[in-house]
Amino acid sequence: MYPPRLRYVAPKSLDEAFAVMAEYGDDAKVLAGGQSLVPMLKLRFASPAVLVDINGLSDLAYHRAESDGSLRIGALCRHVDLERSALLPGRYPTMAAAAPQVADPIVRNRGTVVGSLCHADPQGDWASVLLALNGQVVVAGKDGRRTISVADFVVGPFQNSLAAGEIAVEASVPAAKGTPYGSYLKLERRVGDFATVGVAVAIETSGLQISRAGIALTGVGPNTIQAIEAEQALIGQALEPDVIARAAGLAAGAARPRSDHRGSAEYKRHVVETFVRRALSSYRLAVPA
Amino acid sequence: MSQALDEVKIGGLGSSRQRVEDARFIRGRGNYIDDLKLPGMLHMEILRSPLAHARIISIDTSAAWAIPGVRLVLTGEMAAQRNLAWMPTLSYDTQAVLATDKVRFQGQEVACVVADDPYIAKDACEAIVVEYEPLPVIVNPIQSLAPDAPLIRDDKEGQTDNVCYRWEVGDKQGTDRAFAQADHISRLKLHYPRSHPSPIECCGSVADYNAATGKLTVYMTTQAPHIIRAAVALVAELPEHMIRIVSPDLGGGFGNKVPVYPGYVCSILGSILTGKPVKWIEDNFGNLISTGFGRDMYLDSELALRKDGKILAVRFHADTDQGAFFSDAQPSKFKIGLVHSAFACYDIPVGHITARGAYTNKAPGGVAYRCSFRVTEAMFFQERMIQAAAADLGMDQAQFRRINLRRADDFPARTPFGFLVDSGQYHKCLQLGLDAIGYEDFKREQAQARSRGRRLGIGISTMTEPLGAGNSREYDILGIKMFDSAELRVHPTGKAILRTGAKTQGQGHETTWAQIVSHELGIPADDVIVEEGDTDTAPFGMGTYASRSTPVAGAAVSMVARKVRAKARKLAAHLLEVSEEDIEWELGRFYVRGAARRGVTIQECAMAAYTNMPDGMEPGLENNAYYDPPNLTWPFACYIATVEVDPETGVWDVLRVVAVDDCGVRINPMIVEGQIMGGLAEAYAMANMQFMTYDADGNMIGANYIDYLLPTAWETPGFELHEVVTPCPHHPIGAKGVGECAAVGGPAAFVNAVMNALEDTGVRNIDMPVLPDRVWQAIQTGRDVSGVPPVRQD
Repeated sequence: MYPPRLRYVAPKSLDEAFAVMAEYGDDAKVLAGGQSLVPMLKLRFASPAVLVDINGLSDLAYHRAESDGSLRIGALCRHVDLERSALLPGRYPTMAAAAPQVADPIVRNRGTVVGSLCHADPQGDWASVLLALNGQVVVAGKDGRRTISVADFVVGPFQNSLAAGEIAVEASVPAAKGTPYGSYLKLERRVGDFATVGVAVAIETSGLQISRAGIALTGVGPNTIQAIEAEQALIGQALEPDVIARAAGLAAGAARPRSDHRGSAEYKRHVVETFVRRALSSYRLAVPA
Repeated sequence: MSQALDEVKIGGLGSSRQRVEDARFIRGRGNYIDDLKLPGMLHMEILRSPLAHARIISIDTSAAWAIPGVRLVLTGEMAAQRNLAWMPTLSYDTQAVLATDKVRFQGQEVACVVADDPYIAKDACEAIVVEYEPLPVIVNPIQSLAPDAPLIRDDKEGQTDNVCYRWEVGDKQGTDRAFAQADHISRLKLHYPRSHPSPIECCGSVADYNAATGKLTVYMTTQAPHIIRAAVALVAELPEHMIRIVSPDLGGGFGNKVPVYPGYVCSILGSILTGKPVKWIEDNFGNLISTGFGRDMYLDSELALRKDGKILAVRFHADTDQGAFFSDAQPSKFKIGLVHSAFACYDIPVGHITARGAYTNKAPGGVAYRCSFRVTEAMFFQERMIQAAAADLGMDQAQFRRINLRRADDFPARTPFGFLVDSGQYHKCLQLGLDAIGYEDFKREQAQARSRGRRLGIGISTMTEPLGAGNSREYDILGIKMFDSAELRVHPTGKAILRTGAKTQGQGHETTWAQIVSHELGIPADDVIVEEGDTDTAPFGMGTYASRSTPVAGAAVSMVARKVRAKARKLAAHLLEVSEEDIEWELGRFYVRGAARRGVTIQECAMAAYTNMPDGMEPGLENNAYYDPPNLTWPFACYIATVEVDPETGVWDVLRVVAVDDCGVRINPMIVEGQIMGGLAEAYAMANMQFMTYDADGNMIGANYIDYLLPTAWETPGFELHEVVTPCPHHPIGAKGVGECAAVGGPAAFVNAVMNALEDTGVRNIDMPVLPDRVWQAIQTGRDVSGVPPVRQD
């Protein structure tokens, strides 16, 4: 690849990285997995003045469950780390369902969860998953750290709310208060293709009642879409067919797809409805003792 | 008496010998075009048009010239001064090298920069300022052939519309009569979408013009180096003996590397003007957006049927979307390739075909993407029509084929469009396939599943295709007859070098040609090195495409080895002190008739050719052969796929694929099976996911491998392979072409399977790729998704 001329820096510490970021401001780009950034450099869609390669900051290569039950994902946690993680199944079912469906095995080996959130591609899988889970992003710069909800972090197509000089260092998923159920259903033309439609569903139950619901949609609008009305229609309800059908219909209504070479708008909306219904219908709620 | 050689052990015919070329490929020791570095070499980059149709108002190159390290900025105007702004195509049209008047497709070459390194060249391309005046854009034949369509080729004198050719074949009156007598007429409209050969290595060249000697050496990615040499001699007006084309290791071709592309010409011109070697390496974007595509054909077809299932006649009209320049790589006498080979495996008395090509604002170059000149479209249309006709008659699709397939004792037979099919066991292949898939059991399972709301389907595709052009009477490219050649030199110790006029690009010639030599001479295949691709050393040949290497060059290998054996026989007679008539041959050894112990090996004969030849005999043991095949070869294949369709999402999964291939005698069964699997993977991709489409503004959707999908191991189904062997009656070792059969015949098996799963919905056709949204739409509406240009609907 022949990108435009740029400077390459591989800082040895976050402070060193912050200093370079502060110096270049908006002209700096952080290189983590590089699975979106490198193709953009190759196509010359991106022309940063400096690449700040954080791959040497091995302190950021982690994911761990905290004692309070929340999940923390460092900026160098690769998709494959979550795909193979023993922490996810059971406790974080939506995450566990999504991890093996991100892109293809080659991309999963390099790409990072936090990088995917920063890229804010409306066809990216993790933004929907973390939106459905009410996730957060920790960003840091030379002036300190702040925590932003994913809903406020992923603000638009290919736009995040990082300020100049800041680096996203961690993503987190709050602890489930009830019993968690979750799915990520994805229609793709081929492994590694962007989602034609992706649906992230995360619910928590208390007894047979839904206490929390998160539904977010991939690839069916200019942004990652949180299907708020569909979520609300589930709260306090049992997973009865009419409840499921209503939520599925509301989620389809929240989608704002366009017709393109992956399918017609009408079709994509239909698949959203089908996937939400299939996800919700697949949960066998544990009957309280 | 010495023990007879075991042919399989020495790597002869039928040996699944490991591919000798792989030793260097898998170790990263191949020598591809981008591996080549010459002293003082400069780098070239092409500036491409962002618009599909626009007049060029001005090109300002001053900022590009000002960048340090830029050696040359070349525009169409400068190329025109050398009479090189336009070049001839392989279909007797012209194609712009660098645009002078207007751009006619997105991605068209507008200018190029030669610089000290590729970064500078790319920066300088971005510094060129081109002012365009946009023109109305045409992206399909319907728009193109409309009465008031804007003229795309206003550069061509006398061209008043967007039609680039008309062609017809067959017997119109006889066909009309047969249709008048039909009990039923089945009609189908189809589109075979535009696809791309997508070799993993894109195109590229290193042109090295030596002003001191006057010799031009071009290292380039070409499947047909000798045709290129002749073309360069004609276009660049250089003497042919001062041109050397070298095609190094190729990372795939699939037809993409047959034509001459502007990049090659520009690198040659760049080297002549700068006096330095100039390297051009195309990227994936450039390859997909500008180089030879495949297919893009619309079909309106009818079969005349008798109610007992007998096909009485066929007629169809094909419209091809040629893009901006008619640059199909195909034999000169045919304007739409060998599309008239359709229905060759069926006994149909009469037929009539009309065809028309349309210029559009899309990339040019309908190459034979893994096929023998548009037979892919022919066989796909054929098998889709066969299935639709069977369904229309309410007849079982296998039974309908049994009624109409030629029988093994029907050969040779003339097809209604003039081909001579000479051999095959079609019914045996079909039955083998049906048995392997468990046809009757599957139909029962399908009925049971249907009663529970599940949709299973089974699709069959049976076809014979014409592979291995020539003969030279009917087949030529730019007048050069389609023969091929081989040259064999046996060294004193019995080792040998073989050169041919073909050019391997993944097919494994280095392995299989040695096996043919081994079969003919008994020299172990490991003792034969094979060399191709250098026009200074290889005998003149037409290159590798259209599955022609084994039928033509492979036959030449046999023939040259036989010539060498004939001389060796004389040497043997001399060594054994008997007359030549008393010499017998067994693999690798001559012996005296009636005294089998008295013999000499081929290696001993080779040594004698240099050390102990009889008086009056020319020393050495070498020869060459030019082979002009008497006919095409006609492999037959039966592909059967089973699928399950999810009616809610339209997603379909492949359950099983059975392939029965009869490609005659198999030289290296492992390589043949690899070719079949590769072809089936491509067939699955075409049926399932793959198309290059354009939006209404002529923007190509799919000039990258995010939107244009190549199948991976994840979704590609497994294949169960079977074989039948009907030797080719005219090929020296009975082999037929095979490299393309599965890519040609495969797609219809998958589509037929999906259509079979939907048979009760009234839907008769969904165009490829059979995307989930199309399946869903068809089920929802009960209507075909058929014969329409796939323009993005944004």
